[in-house]
Amino acid sequence: MITINQLSKKYKGAENYSVSGIDLVIENQEIFGLLGPNGAGKTTLISMLSSLLKPTEGSFSINGLTYKKDKNKLKQIIGIVPQEYALYPSLTAYENLFYLGSMYGLKGNNLKGLIEQHIQVLGLTEFLNKKIVHFSGGMKRRVNLIGSILHNPKVLFLDEPTVGVDVQSKNAIIHHLKELNKNGTTIVYTSHHLNEAEHFCTRVGIIDHGKLICKGKPTELIDQEKGARNLEEVFIAKTGKALRDYV
Amino acid sequence: MYKLWVSTYKEFLLLIRDIGGLAILFVMPLILLITITLIQNNTFKTIKDSKIPILIVDMDKGSVSKQVNQGLENTKAFEIINKTSEQEAKDLVFKGSYQLAIVIPENLSVDLKKKVNYNVEGILSKFGLEENEEIPNTSKFKKEKEIKLYFDPATQQSFKSSVKNGIDRVISGIEIQTIYKAFEKQLSEEPSKEPIFDTNSFITFKEITPKSKKDFIPNASQHNIPAWALFAIFFIILPLSINMVKEKSQGTFVRLRTNPVSYATVLGGKTIVYLGVCLTQFLLMLLVGLYVFPVISLPEINITGKLPLLLVVAFFAGLAAIGLGLLLGTVFKTHEQSAPFGATLVVILAALGGVWVPVFAMPKFMQLLSNVSPMNWGLNAFYDVFLRSVGFIEIIPEITLLFLFFIITTTIAIIYNEKKNAI
Repeated sequence: MITINQLSKKYKGAENYSVSGIDLVIENQEIFGLLGPNGAGKTTLISMLSSLLKPTEGSFSINGLTYKKDKNKLKQIIGIVPQEYALYPSLTAYENLFYLGSMYGLKGNNLKGLIEQHIQVLGLTEFLNKKIVHFSGGMKRRVNLIGSILHNPKVLFLDEPTVGVDVQSKNAIIHHLKELNKNGTTIVYTSHHLNEAEHFCTRVGIIDHGKLICKGKPTELIDQEKGARNLEEVFIAKTGKALRDYV
Repeated sequence: MYKLWVSTYKEFLLLIRDIGGLAILFVMPLILLITITLIQNNTFKTIKDSKIPILIVDMDKGSVSKQVNQGLENTKAFEIINKTSEQEAKDLVFKGSYQLAIVIPENLSVDLKKKVNYNVEGILSKFGLEENEEIPNTSKFKKEKEIKLYFDPATQQSFKSSVKNGIDRVISGIEIQTIYKAFEKQLSEEPSKEPIFDTNSFITFKEITPKSKKDFIPNASQHNIPAWALFAIFFIILPLSINMVKEKSQGTFVRLRTNPVSYATVLGGKTIVYLGVCLTQFLLMLLVGLYVFPVISLPEINITGKLPLLLVVAFFAGLAAIGLGLLLGTVFKTHEQSAPFGATLVVILAALGGVWVPVFAMPKFMQLLSNVSPMNWGLNAFYDVFLRSVGFIEIIPEITLLFLFFIITTTIAIIYNEKKNAI
């Protein structure tokens, strides 16, 4: 379970908070989608939860653990799929995954078996010993995902895991994530694909200007918003149609 | 330990997959070493082979000018071109057509002979040995005769000094010989075939070098290999810091930060692999000194009995360089920051360390600064082993400093990373 209390982040020199006073509880084995326009604070929130950013105010715990007290224990039970590919281009898929798995203490035949298993499920077996530099965007995304789940994390954070990939790769990734969730992994993910989130998430929260403006099951949110037929219409109703460009 | 091993393996793979980078890493220092040694070793040889043309304006036309000419010819370094006009010689030199013009004044031989004769006669008359006991008047020889030297303004100071010293030695020799001859003439009643005085120099110089197992005189290779090997070792800062910055731009560093692995382990993997690179680089340089230098007519290096100590120094110099690379790689965010800064820093450290200009020849302030250059510690340790033939005990202070430098820079890198990424 993830418990977030009044979590805020203000970057050095910034006028406004990027994330402001967020209270949220994500139950075990939920698939929680963080949705919001560009610059809303999704990545900032997920970066704080995955130990990449220090909160300005507030606190949170994951399965009762905090980074301050149990940094290594906490890192061991979470997995993070960053927005970037975060892979070494000159290494093969196997070498990348071997390295990443080893950093979680996995070794030997156990690690090898896990790599082969995930690679097979995500349809990359024949490319296992090919260098990442030759992979397509979709293939990199899939390897990127495997690198974060080899250690079977209790909580998995994904920052736009399906951005820039073809439909086939997207389906493979979503399908695999659902399997992981069935096996007990709590998933927190950010996305701009509202249709994907509507069908994939058990609950979503819409963030805008750093604030959590609504949360609930996708069907509940659609029902609550007058005239909305899908999550995208709820999203537009809550965040408006104005373009969100930011630097 | 397992994570350190895997980190090391990953770094090794990253290194060997970049064939171009690897070639540059190993080949460029060797090219640098060969080029510098060829230039330095051949400087004197080139002078001997090609001879520097110089102008002489002989207004004396006597024995002294003949001896000056002879003395300069004997050095085999100069091609003497005679000119009749001082103004013409001066113009040619100041235009840069020639490096040097020597103007020998009128009546130099005659006046020198007269002055010496007067002096000798004066001394002898004081001892009552001179028939004519009247003390000669030497006041008319009080004014010194000047041999004028015109140098091209672009001529380096070191060349000027060595030419001036050379001419001074020739002139002193002529003066002494003239004095001896004057005494000989005054003291012998009849001209004798056998000289009374031995006019050869009594005091000579002998250079004594430290005794090693195998006596040898240090040569250009012996000087250059440690200096430029150290320079190459410190250039590891560049690929290392670029490797770290690349991890940031690729996003792999972000992932590492979320993994349950310490920054020290990450740095440890890099340290082991790049230390291997440093030692390989150093061994390649030694091999070039041993086997390639003799083929291209450069003096062979002598490392008999010195290899273990040389490797010890290279090991600690490598650690110091890697510590600095780790720090730069931790602090800098972009390739544009790390590459120019790293390259310039290495050149500054090399200059301060005495790779180009010996520390003793630097201004006092720079000498003080050189004490804090790890390249200076490394170079001293290499010279201790290579040229001074010392043992392990004598290099302990320098390798301790190098090791401390590694510890301090790596610790700063770890603390900086912890502070920067505190959660």
